[in-house]
Amino acid sequence: MKPGWQRLVLGLWLTLLVACALIIARTRFVSDLSAFMPKAPSARQKLLVDQFRYGIIGRLIMIGIEGGNAPGRARMSRELAGRLRRSGLFLGVLNGDSATERRDRRYFFDNRYLLSPDITPERFTARGLHAAIKNSIDALSGDTGLLLARLFARDPTGETLRLLDQFDGSSQPRRLDGVWASRSGKWAVLLAYTQAPGTAIGAQARAISYIRKTFGQLPHRQAGSRVVMSGTSVFAVRSRNTIQGQVTRLASASLLLVTFLLLLVYRSPRLLGIGLLPVLSGALVGITAVSLHFGQVHGLTLGFGTTLIGEAVDYSIYFYLQRTGHLNPSYFWRTIWLGVATSIAGFAPLLFSDFPGLAQLGVYSISGLIAAVLVTRYVLPVLVPRQLKLRDLSRPGLVLDQALDFITRFRWLPPLLALASIGVVFAHSARIWNRNLSALSPISKADQRLDQRLRNDLGAPDLRYMVAFSAPNRELALQGAEKAGGVLRGLVHRQLLGGFNSPAFVLPSRAQQRARQAAIPDARLARLRLRQALAGLPVKFHSLHGFLSDLQAARKQKLLSRADLDGTSAALLVDSLLIRRNRDYLVLMPLRPSDTGARPPLNVNYVQSVLKTTGLKNIVVIDLLKESTDLFRNYRNEALMLSEVGCLVIVGLLLAALKSAARTLRVVAPLACAVACVAGILLGNGIRLTILHLVGLLLVVAIGSNYALFFEGGGQSVTADERRRMQISLVVANLATVGSFAILGFSSIPVLSDIGTTVSLGALFSLLFSAILSRRKAGISDT
Amino acid sequence: MIFGSPLTVRRPDFPYTVSTVLLALLLVTPVACASGSQLAQLMGLLAQRRSDKATFVEKTYIGIIEHPLISTGDLSYIAPDRLEKRTLTPKPELLALRGNVLTIKRPGKHQITVSLEGHPEVAAFIDSIRGTLAGNLSALKTYYALRLTGPMGDWQLVLTPKQRKLSHIFSHIRISGSHAYIRTIELEQHNGDHSVMVITQTGPGR
Repeated sequence: MKPGWQRLVLGLWLTLLVACALIIARTRFVSDLSAFMPKAPSARQKLLVDQFRYGIIGRLIMIGIEGGNAPGRARMSRELAGRLRRSGLFLGVLNGDSATERRDRRYFFDNRYLLSPDITPERFTARGLHAAIKNSIDALSGDTGLLLARLFARDPTGETLRLLDQFDGSSQPRRLDGVWASRSGKWAVLLAYTQAPGTAIGAQARAISYIRKTFGQLPHRQAGSRVVMSGTSVFAVRSRNTIQGQVTRLASASLLLVTFLLLLVYRSPRLLGIGLLPVLSGALVGITAVSLHFGQVHGLTLGFGTTLIGEAVDYSIYFYLQRTGHLNPSYFWRTIWLGVATSIAGFAPLLFSDFPGLAQLGVYSISGLIAAVLVTRYVLPVLVPRQLKLRDLSRPGLVLDQALDFITRFRWLPPLLALASIGVVFAHSARIWNRNLSALSPISKADQRLDQRLRNDLGAPDLRYMVAFSAPNRELALQGAEKAGGVLRGLVHRQLLGGFNSPAFVLPSRAQQRARQAAIPDARLARLRLRQALAGLPVKFHSLHGFLSDLQAARKQKLLSRADLDGTSAALLVDSLLIRRNRDYLVLMPLRPSDTGARPPLNVNYVQSVLKTTGLKNIVVIDLLKESTDLFRNYRNEALMLSEVGCLVIVGLLLAALKSAARTLRVVAPLACAVACVAGILLGNGIRLTILHLVGLLLVVAIGSNYALFFEGGGQSVTADERRRMQISLVVANLATVGSFAILGFSSIPVLSDIGTTVSLGALFSLLFSAILSRRKAGISDT
Repeated sequence: MIFGSPLTVRRPDFPYTVSTVLLALLLVTPVACASGSQLAQLMGLLAQRRSDKATFVEKTYIGIIEHPLISTGDLSYIAPDRLEKRTLTPKPELLALRGNVLTIKRPGKHQITVSLEGHPEVAAFIDSIRGTLAGNLSALKTYYALRLTGPMGDWQLVLTPKQRKLSHIFSHIRISGSHAYIRTIELEQHNGDHSVMVITQTGPGR
């Protein structure tokens, strides 16, 4: 290269690096769970994701207090709830205490004439009143009558009970010493809803540490007691911390490992520094590309990115190799380009993944690899002398060559292992896939178990069905809920449905409230009707004075709004079922199937068709079990399809470049054996495959093809000495790759460890099998 | 996933739906033999029965209602731990206790199953009665002030709750009987509302 040309290259490269650094400095790095919430393809799945984004689910923190004794836990629960409520950090804190129950009861009793579904004009005719009061009197006989009698004078028509009956069948946490407890009775449980939205991770982290700190400072804290927490936001915060911590550690470990390897081989700090340049340039360009394309960079992308170190450092290693000998540059670069092309073909399918995290990994790896190889091709030659003196590797090279010659005798071994592995795969054919979407989440198994336990203790463990729709504003949303509720009530009467929940149960639409007010007769008419209604009933008219005055008060009372619910548990019920989004409201109505033992318990299509008669736009019935199974199947099929396309493209590239079916086969065979063996080993160890394993296998092919190519072509037109040197380089490069992916395999984040174990195993097998199957003996090729 | 946070509020008769019923039921349950005081002697008598059937007539006197409300039905006990109260009039209802699980069935309504362990107030109440029947006087005395009067052929036992969680439900319980048979159970509230259950033995006495 001419000096002017060199300066131009260096200038361009440095400018690019500075530009990247500037962009990265302004990049938003995220580490929430969004990368593993797939872009929901269907409207139903979008609803699910939206309620995490906007709904109360993201604000919910489940708290458990364990240790100590039950009265002590109850005291801690009350004390903790009180302090959290006063902190202003929370929309509400529920622990089943009697104060909240009193407020709830007050709300339902005071507003019963606006809330009860039975308030219609017919209710207040003489006949309607007579029937309702007689019904209430019948309920007073027997044991419970003494307790219900307290309500009778003011609520003789039984509206309070009627409206509470709507929640019949919904489960409540168990109570111990006046507060909620786990089913086992060994924990006290609380629910806290943060003021900040679930997406504000910083604020969530503050709320969580505030709970921990407050608990630590409780005056009557019992020895040995501790607080545990779970919930979407807890996961988000925890995974952010884990991701941040691990990404730094993984990257450092990989870098350290590679440095150590390079130093070991080259014994030159200068060469080491130069050798890392493609890696660093690749990383900078990769992050910049992701930032420009997605607007943000996920922490996990950086985690995966450490693997780029392993791959990109290969280029420097090969480059040094080329510089030390007389290796034909055009041949050398053709092999490198082909390797890069196959790697890109492997990563490219990720670009189309519905998981933003995988798509980011695709963009990062492809742009990073291209940058790394360009830097190797055009920048390194400027910095490295034309003839490089490396330390003499001929001794280990000879040993390695002999070892490789030796293992070449075992040509039967890879196919045999592959066949055995295929046998294992078939033996596990029913249990190959992990259908649980949670297997993909960056949340540890222990945390998932704790979460399940708290959920079971607190609420509806087997919730599966719900109705969802959207409406432009709160009033229309509630009216929609009432319309749908009318239809659902019909299904309950026909025993096609066990029950349902609705935000309109505790906060009716203003139209409905007005209609109920209008149904109440004026004072004169109400007196007249009541007098008529009491004929033949054992109740004196004057004793129901409170009832008449309550009726008139209800007629003129101010309509209920969300603010009237403050401080009650009903407020949180409304907030979790009526979700405000950017432009509209989302309504959720959980359904309880009837306990007829039918399978499936609910005919979703029928309920859906009946609900269509409400005329509500985009109303859907969601079967969560089916949706998550479908979701998984979609992603698995997508991943399978992408992997197949990736493999086909790689084979196509090889065919085009090698121009020989036999040579292509020699390159592909070891890779196929490696993939089969990895799958067999994973399944044999009782691991069920996720789509991440699948992606990992694709990367095995992408990375492994480099080794096979070099081995396959290695015999051509080089001396035995250079071939040995190349073999050493290949082994070093492979160790770098295996090492950096293996480090990923030790991550406690399932997403990272799945890919890490798969690729490190696969890369190792690829090298071994390539050496056995693809390598041409010197004697043969020299002829 | 918790869709719709759990409500704190419950029907005012819940879980006390169970309380007076259980009282009646538990009094026909077998109890451990005790010795010593006259009270323990009574307990011993009650404990000897193995299974039982009875009918009941329960009158509930509520101030605002002009005449007592009458409900009728059957009580039954099947050894070792099954108890049922079947109300026939005016509204059919079945309360069944098996071990610590109470089931409430009302026609046209969702069946309710309650584990008494989950309702400590009720559990305390039941324990106090069980305590009585098991002759566990010290446990009983932590919940109630006790007064037993009359000869064994016509005894009266009055239980007055000491703790607020029981005393806000009722002011006292009066049980009367003859030897091993309970004849009446009265439950009295502070406002004067009260109920009287008259029990008539129909099944085998032992």
